[in-house]
Amino acid sequence: MEPFERYRPIIDDFEAFLAACERPLGNAVRVNTIKASPERATAALEEDDVAYEQAEWNPRVLRLETDSPGSTWTSFHGFTHGQEEVSAVPPVVLDPQPGERVWDCCAAPGGKATQIAALMDDRGTVVANDNNLGRISALRFNAERLGATSLAVTNDDARNYSMKRFPFDEFDRTLVDAPCSCEGTIRKNPDALDNWSEGHIDTIAGIQKGILRRAIQTTREGGTVVYSTCTFAPEENEAVVQHAIDEEDCRVVDFDLEMEHAPGLTEWRDEAFDSTLEQAARIYPHHNDTGGFFVAKLEVTA
Amino acid sequence: MSDDSSADLRKNDGQQFGRLPETDADRTVEGRVSRAAVVDYFEDRFAIPPGTFDDYTFWEKGAGKIWLYSGEADSPLEIEAIGMTCLRTRQEHWKPTTDFVQRFGAHASECVIDLDREAARRFAAGEDQELEWDGDWGYLIAAHTVVGEREPLGIGLYVHGELRSMVPKGRQREL
Repeated sequence: MEPFERYRPIIDDFEAFLAACERPLGNAVRVNTIKASPERATAALEEDDVAYEQAEWNPRVLRLETDSPGSTWTSFHGFTHGQEEVSAVPPVVLDPQPGERVWDCCAAPGGKATQIAALMDDRGTVVANDNNLGRISALRFNAERLGATSLAVTNDDARNYSMKRFPFDEFDRTLVDAPCSCEGTIRKNPDALDNWSEGHIDTIAGIQKGILRRAIQTTREGGTVVYSTCTFAPEENEAVVQHAIDEEDCRVVDFDLEMEHAPGLTEWRDEAFDSTLEQAARIYPHHNDTGGFFVAKLEVTA
Repeated sequence: MSDDSSADLRKNDGQQFGRLPETDADRTVEGRVSRAAVVDYFEDRFAIPPGTFDDYTFWEKGAGKIWLYSGEADSPLEIEAIGMTCLRTRQEHWKPTTDFVQRFGAHASECVIDLDREAARRFAAGEDQELEWDGDWGYLIAAHTVVGEREPLGIGLYVHGELRSMVPKGRQREL
């Protein structure tokens, strides 16, 4: 947990934060409404005596009291998909609508992409891209298991993504769930900090800036881009969004999140960020007993 | 099809998705089935109403592997996947996929075999089992009841008094 010491000045109740990071995470699943309503999915769990609790902020997110959430009838039928509770936040903030064109530019293994398709009632076009061919098979497997028919899968570097393959040249919304240093996954993956270094963070931040810029360029004026990571590092979060608002036509906008969270930072070490970054959300493990996440919502401007 | 017209047909390109022709007469790729043939198959075999697929397009990538998609795309299209695989053609008996049956099998009213919970458990685990069935042999939709409604489990092959589970290895579960 040594790398987290640098966050002591910015995290309220830092000792509670550290304590939460040391506790393992429970099993959460998302109801896949392409295949079953929350009512049918929860009734099926009850029929099989699998105990669950619905998340207060989102009744489609369930905390299961079982050690093997994949060995349930609801999972076999694709009524539910194992997905960490806080991972379900970015698609909800993106708020995609049926019939829209949406890009999930770092989509594998597909939990959020299929959640986007479900939020659109599987109507419209969801382009799920990932640059890692090995992870594409997991993305395809999950998309088919969950019955998403509106999803198209591409394998490219999001930083110079070409729109030429599609019969449209811009998206209505884009999710940038960026590759990151994954500090917030420490409860699920105790090795998450093994390769941690500030140099590593700076390298990833450069990639993140490139992906977010391309996402804004491919999204229509008035469209929405959501930027998220599962890390706490301001270099990968506020600094990346700051770079985007400096270089591209966009602004940070507010959103409702019925979950405890801290505002985005307006300064980190020697760097100051735009005051609008307060509208971003920092979700810490001790807030809702989840993993950690950062989410910012952007509107594309002229 | 006459020999004259088959000479004009292109070969299937396994690197790209090609949209299925509306009818056999519109065919431009050798061996490619038409949308009408696919929709007719689902109706003839499983009594799935053709209107079920009004908002979908059908595509081929790889010889005989048919995909079903509801989004926007030009044909041909060079990407990894669109929608879901739904059917294997170019073999004597066409074979729907487990994922397709789980998603659309509730529209079927023929060639559906209803299993009790224990038989469903064995089917999901990939086991073959001896069962009575007085309908057509061949590919069937196996289903069981979940919260009072029929829920398709996947595709099975029924021959000689035996229901063989066709659930792919990666989708099999011990429940």
